[in-house]
Amino acid sequence: MTPVGLQHYLVVSVLLFCLGLLGVLVRRNVLVIYMSLELMLNAANLALVAFSRFNNNLDGQVIVFFIITVAASEVAVGLALIVALYRRRHTTHVEDLTALKN
Amino acid sequence: MQDSLFYLFAALTLLCGVLVIANPFTRNPITSAMFLVLTIVSLAGLFVLLHAFFLAAVQILVYAGAVMVLFLFVIMLLDLKEEEGRKIKAGAGLVGLAAAGGIALVMMAVIRQSNVGVGLKAANVEGSTAALGQRLFADYALPFELISLLLLVAMIGTVLLSKKDLK
Repeated sequence: MTPVGLQHYLVVSVLLFCLGLLGVLVRRNVLVIYMSLELMLNAANLALVAFSRFNNNLDGQVIVFFIITVAASEVAVGLALIVALYRRRHTTHVEDLTALKN
Repeated sequence: MQDSLFYLFAALTLLCGVLVIANPFTRNPITSAMFLVLTIVSLAGLFVLLHAFFLAAVQILVYAGAVMVLFLFVIMLLDLKEEEGRKIKAGAGLVGLAAAGGIALVMMAVIRQSNVGVGLKAANVEGSTAALGQRLFADYALPFELISLLLLVAMIGTVLLSKKDLK
């Protein structure tokens, strides 16, 4: 077996990203879609940290630090939006939210 | 030892990731959130293997701590009993699987063809937390300050959105 290198981490990152994408496409609950978005962000983080380690360059880790901060504020605002939405429409199911369709 | 730990954490990450989006036993969002916590913790394990100790700590503190608590808080605030009965539609499932699988295949082919990282040895960056802090406060001082502004904006936005009647 070859020793674990950059490619192994990238493969894990790709698989995790596609899992998140699948969740966004398939699930119909806004909260679960949101969690799938977090999965995709985390996959990108893993790729950045792996590149940072194997290229001996710390800039990747700094960017991951910023991504985590942005993701935290994004979650706060997004969840506030979901709560406001639930208060008006009493659902978190995307198929019930068709106000922009017609 | 490190290699087997990598395979362990990678398998855990992917397994829990699958259980986040498609748990065969329940559609309950709380279960998804719990498995997302496990995914994030095993990702932190991968970060430790990559010698990104500070980021592993931040990952657990911010993601598994703050963000997931927020998620669980909102899930329990909204009473989502009726959501559990809904099924994933077969057509949407197939299309989604085809799309995500296609992208996975393309990216795997790119990684295989480009020989990325071949011959690169893992750099030995000991004490990377101090170096990271130097980077953060010297080269990236302006983005760092802007991030604090972003957090302030997010806080104000959250407070505004949570008000009873938006004017």
